[in-house]
Amino acid sequence: MKYLDEYRDEKLFRSQLARLKSIATRPWVLMEVCGGQTHTLVRYGIDELLPAGMEMVHGPGCPVCVTPVEIIDKAIALAGRPNTILVSYGDMMRVPGSESDLLQVKALGGDVRMVYSPTESVRIALENPNREVVFFGVGFETTAPANAMVAWQARRQGIKNLSLLSSHVLVPPAVEMLLSSPHNRVQGLIAPGHVCTIMGTGAYETLAAKYKVPIVIGGFEPVDLMEAIVMLAAQLEEGRSEMENQYRRNVREDGNRRARELLFEVYEVCDRKWRGLGEVAASGLRLSAEYREFDAELRFGLEDISVDEPAECISAMILQGLAKPKQCSAFGTRCTPESPLGAPMVSSEGTCAAYYLYRRHSGEMGEDLCVAGEAV
Amino acid sequence: MCLSVPGKLLERNDVGGVLVGKVQFGGIVREVCLDLLPEAKAGEYLLVHVGYAISLVDEEEARKSYEYMELAGMLEGELTAFPDDGPALVVEASPPRDDFAPRGPRGESQ
Repeated sequence: MKYLDEYRDEKLFRSQLARLKSIATRPWVLMEVCGGQTHTLVRYGIDELLPAGMEMVHGPGCPVCVTPVEIIDKAIALAGRPNTILVSYGDMMRVPGSESDLLQVKALGGDVRMVYSPTESVRIALENPNREVVFFGVGFETTAPANAMVAWQARRQGIKNLSLLSSHVLVPPAVEMLLSSPHNRVQGLIAPGHVCTIMGTGAYETLAAKYKVPIVIGGFEPVDLMEAIVMLAAQLEEGRSEMENQYRRNVREDGNRRARELLFEVYEVCDRKWRGLGEVAASGLRLSAEYREFDAELRFGLEDISVDEPAECISAMILQGLAKPKQCSAFGTRCTPESPLGAPMVSSEGTCAAYYLYRRHSGEMGEDLCVAGEAV
Repeated sequence: MCLSVPGKLLERNDVGGVLVGKVQFGGIVREVCLDLLPEAKAGEYLLVHVGYAISLVDEEEARKSYEYMELAGMLEGELTAFPDDGPALVVEASPPRDDFAPRGPRGESQ
């Protein structure tokens, strides 16, 4: 086994689909939380194969999408500073700020560097001792420990010219906000497998019990997702609402304790503004007092930058699963991956980008797929 | 952003106090930091995220769940072979599709 190709096997996928069709009797509405899962569902057209009436709505699990514009503007301000190197993931380069994006700053001479791993920013800082190096990292619980390593290594090695601009968010508080909303339509949740690889399963067990909603921790390949859907349908048909773990090969009950210890040494929980959802209590991470000297916002006095979201983008509805991309008048016309109005179109994990890339626009896929809430 | 890929750990080295592993992903070998998963041994499969190993792939769990799914699929196949057993046992045939394979981005074919 290579733990990848096996889970893309068509025969196994179809046998799971047949199981689903044999057990599902009602039009259940399910949500996959993670943007990576959305991407697989749309790429393989899995949501179109479900029994009639069953619907997948797409959740808020795209970190780039939920990063507020003001954080992007702070990164852009840093990238334009003299004698500064801004280091970040490729995903962040084209996210529109209020007036520009990081690639445009780079084109105008700013030193913006794309990296595969945050650890590269430590090397860049050591190689450029006379310049300020800022690592711009966003992400959920999966990515936060890797980003935390930047501050941990900087502190351990006494690197003074390295700091972090970070915007980390935690999944459970946002899921809780969605489930407790009066507009909620979601009857079953596929929880984000890689977040649970770090954090373990406890938070989702609590949510399943509190909101009486079945939650299945799911993987990211087509067979994983179809099995998770089967498990949710079985629970719903039997009237159960439990936390189950489909992604057992990578998720243990206790997660990765070492990663979590590092995470909570470097960061502490704080309230956090989500793009599209607004402020969510105790849903973010900021550098702890011990590591605050590495906070780029404090080091460079950026705390006061504050921006309103662009009005035309309906990302708030998209991220809560209340609307689908085709319900946006700008989708595929004024808003495309080349010229995005909002983050769900620019991020590779964004719902709008997935629909656009895999031909879910201008009627190419035939029937209208959109069945969403009345709020639109 | 949470994209993580399984790969096989080929060797591990201490590079200036940092545990670094050589990990094979298909035909590609990349260096991966093992500091979040120091117990990883050569020959084991790891889940790698932004250059960090974050989880050991539990080969026993993977094998068990895969076999369970295959078995469940075989049972479904047997049930569909005997539709006379009654409607409760009939599994609706999947709609014919030629394109289960991932769709390429616009303008490309894969």
